Amino acid sequence: MFDNLSTRLEGIVKKIRGKGRLTEADVDEVMKEIRTALLEADVNVTAVRSICNRIREHAIGATRSQSLDPGQQVIKAVSDELTRALGGETLSITYASRPPTVVLMAGLQGSGKTTAAAKLALWFKGQGRQPLLVGADLQRPAAVEQLRTLGGQIDVPVFSDPEDPVLTAADGLDEAKRLGRDVLIVDTAGRLSIDVEMMEQVRLISGAVDPDYTFLVIDAMTGQDAVQTAEAFDEILRIDGVIMSKLDGDARGGAALSVKEVIGRPIAFASTGEKLNEFEQFHPDRMASRILGMGDMLTLIEQAEQAFEADEAEEAAARLMDGQFTLDDFLEQMQQLKKMGSIGNLVGMMPGMPKELKGANIDDDDLKPIEAIIRSMTPEERAEPVIINGSRRMRIATGSGTQVGDVNRLVKQFGEMQKMMKKMGGMGSAKRGKKGKRGRGLPPGLDLDPASLDLSSLQGMPDLPGLSGGPPR
Amino acid sequence: MGFEVIFLILAVLVVAFGIGVLVISRRNAARADRPPTPPTTPDTPPPRTAADGTLVAEPPIEVVEADEIVEVAPATLRDRMSKARSTFAGAFAGVLGRGGLSDEDFDDLEEALLRADVGVGLTDELLGGLRALVDAKEITEPQELLDGLQTEMTSRLAGSDRSLHFEAGEGSPNVWMFVGVNGVGKTTTIGKLANQQIGDGRTVLLAAGDTFRAAAAEQLGTWAERSGAEIVRGADGGDPSSVIFDGVERAASRDIDLVMADTAGRLHTKTNLMDELRKVRRVAEKGAGRVTETLLVIDATTGQNGLTQAREFGEATNVTGVVLTKLDGSAKGGIVFAVETEIGIPIKLVGIGETIDDLVPFDPDEFISALFDQ
Repeated sequence: MFDNLSTRLEGIVKKIRGKGRLTEADVDEVMKEIRTALLEADVNVTAVRSICNRIREHAIGATRSQSLDPGQQVIKAVSDELTRALGGETLSITYASRPPTVVLMAGLQGSGKTTAAAKLALWFKGQGRQPLLVGADLQRPAAVEQLRTLGGQIDVPVFSDPEDPVLTAADGLDEAKRLGRDVLIVDTAGRLSIDVEMMEQVRLISGAVDPDYTFLVIDAMTGQDAVQTAEAFDEILRIDGVIMSKLDGDARGGAALSVKEVIGRPIAFASTGEKLNEFEQFHPDRMASRILGMGDMLTLIEQAEQAFEADEAEEAAARLMDGQFTLDDFLEQMQQLKKMGSIGNLVGMMPGMPKELKGANIDDDDLKPIEAIIRSMTPEERAEPVIINGSRRMRIATGSGTQVGDVNRLVKQFGEMQKMMKKMGGMGSAKRGKKGKRGRGLPPGLDLDPASLDLSSLQGMPDLPGLSGGPPR
Repeated sequence: MGFEVIFLILAVLVVAFGIGVLVISRRNAARADRPPTPPTTPDTPPPRTAADGTLVAEPPIEVVEADEIVEVAPATLRDRMSKARSTFAGAFAGVLGRGGLSDEDFDDLEEALLRADVGVGLTDELLGGLRALVDAKEITEPQELLDGLQTEMTSRLAGSDRSLHFEAGEGSPNVWMFVGVNGVGKTTTIGKLANQQIGDGRTVLLAAGDTFRAAAAEQLGTWAERSGAEIVRGADGGDPSSVIFDGVERAASRDIDLVMADTAGRLHTKTNLMDELRKVRRVAEKGAGRVTETLLVIDATTGQNGLTQAREFGEATNVTGVVLTKLDGSAKGGIVFAVETEIGIPIKLVGIGETIDDLVPFDPDEFISALFDQ
């Protein structure tokens, strides 16, 4: 959907590389692409201007160094600046000396406050706290029921009184004290920032409970209006932190940057799904990559973790290393992959993918022949593709509606993949011996530090069969 | 296309994710091994009891409006943001006030269009067209520039069929499906529209096809009460297709004109959920009903993702119209301009509030003027 920034910058950077001096025109071209990328990502127009001014120097400074890969350097400089803009001070919860610690949720209609309130409650529970949820949204039909249901799912009590939101909040505070709950989370109704009456109401609610933390919940797909909303809420309530919701979508999330620029408060949490455990601390670096349209490998992998059955994936990965990965495993993992979203999207989101593969424009339908071929094989054939002789190939081809040539190619490619994987796995055979169990340890040759997984390990992989031009740069 | 290439991509993905998952689960396992911090027990004040042993409610807290000193972000940045919050009005004032035609005028208009979420591509296109006219000397005055923009945008929205399709037929209810991502206002829109349709003399049944979200059926139930529509719901966590099928059957047997099918909000990136939606769409027509409208609900605050939503939902369920909600807020909803002009899905309805009457037909002239207003 959105052209990858690195692809777009490639053309420009090719021209820049090797030049002793950069012209104003070069600088302008680069900044133009970055500006477009940020606008397409929904970063506020005014924020884009101030950010671009700041990164102008950094980005150009990077290319002036006669480094090997100025394109990557430029992107890194931009990404670093965005990370800095999005991050900085992290929000760590300091609990009130006299409990309960009060948290107020605020935001527009539909932003995800109620779900976030419940997620926050679960999060606090994980921190060893005993939260109480207060349903002060008396506006939206069944809002309190929703909160009660969620509270039930996580075993957190919910208090509400149908009379009046401000009163409910105040009574909720009393209830927390009465019950000895040490955290109070007040869910409020969604409201427009320009609705004077409703903004007054939330101000009163805030006054009634005197929150230690007021969180503004912002939908990741919010466009230019994020600034207006954040400003207005911050003026009335004094926001302590922002919660970005619906980050499991493909919205680039520029609103995060806009909001941070305008109210300067940290983005505390990222809500990454509808399930209550899909809630985590915000990662500025991942967000920076995402805004730039550069894909977000770590989030992808964590999504994969949810889609993939963890145990099976572990076993499959282990078998991969051992060279015991079968076509059945491959088929199984393909199904898991499909759960994660369209393969086309996944390919697009993976940084470091060789250009030839990226441009391949893969469609989920393209997978069908591969699946069909594997399914047309017998279990023995899947386990031991070597036994697939001429007549078997015919049968498989007919059964799957493909050509014998296709079957040949799949078997050959798979074999090569197995060999390559075995090579990688073999690098750790010594370590494995120590562990006693086969394939349970990560081979040292594959030093994947989860914190900085940037695919350089895959980039360093020996030539993938069939790929011309060697390993990706 | 190249078989090898597809296989390679798959192989890379499988390897990457397989290894990635392995790494992450090890990391998580390591984390889980760390002991949790022991909770501190807070001092609990004993509940107050009256003489006869009943709990005494605390007196309501007096809500005193304090004179709050609101700390603001660094004055310079905030000022800049406020000043530059250029609405079209600001842009127009600038263009007209400046006299003559200059690059600054185009900058003002560009900013105004982008601020309205019209999008970079479309903005460039619109302004490019105007520039050509200026170069050809067909526009020489600032007012002509502004009129030119308004005319161009209005004309791009002209000629669309914005009616809600309804085919009368006994025992064959019309089904209007409502789809969209989470939190956009599908359920509320159904309530408002049901009310209108009933006011126009039709009989309506609501099918609570959101079986996922907590209390979704209850929410729709409230709207059924408010509007006078019937409602069919299923068990929580049940199959949405069955609920809608049951709704259609009930409507058919009772000669109800219209079934409005609510669905769970879903992000279009979730393949399994989009598959579920496709199934819902198919099943809705399996029985006696005909799906005559599939309305995609889009929140006016949505940025460029709205275009992706329209494409994905359009492909999955053949969307026939857009409902633009929450336009009573500060957002301009310009993304729907892109949706209609680039994807061709007409905007049919506009939501302008949370009460039952806050739904109006989409009027392109009004919409464009409002973009240029205030």
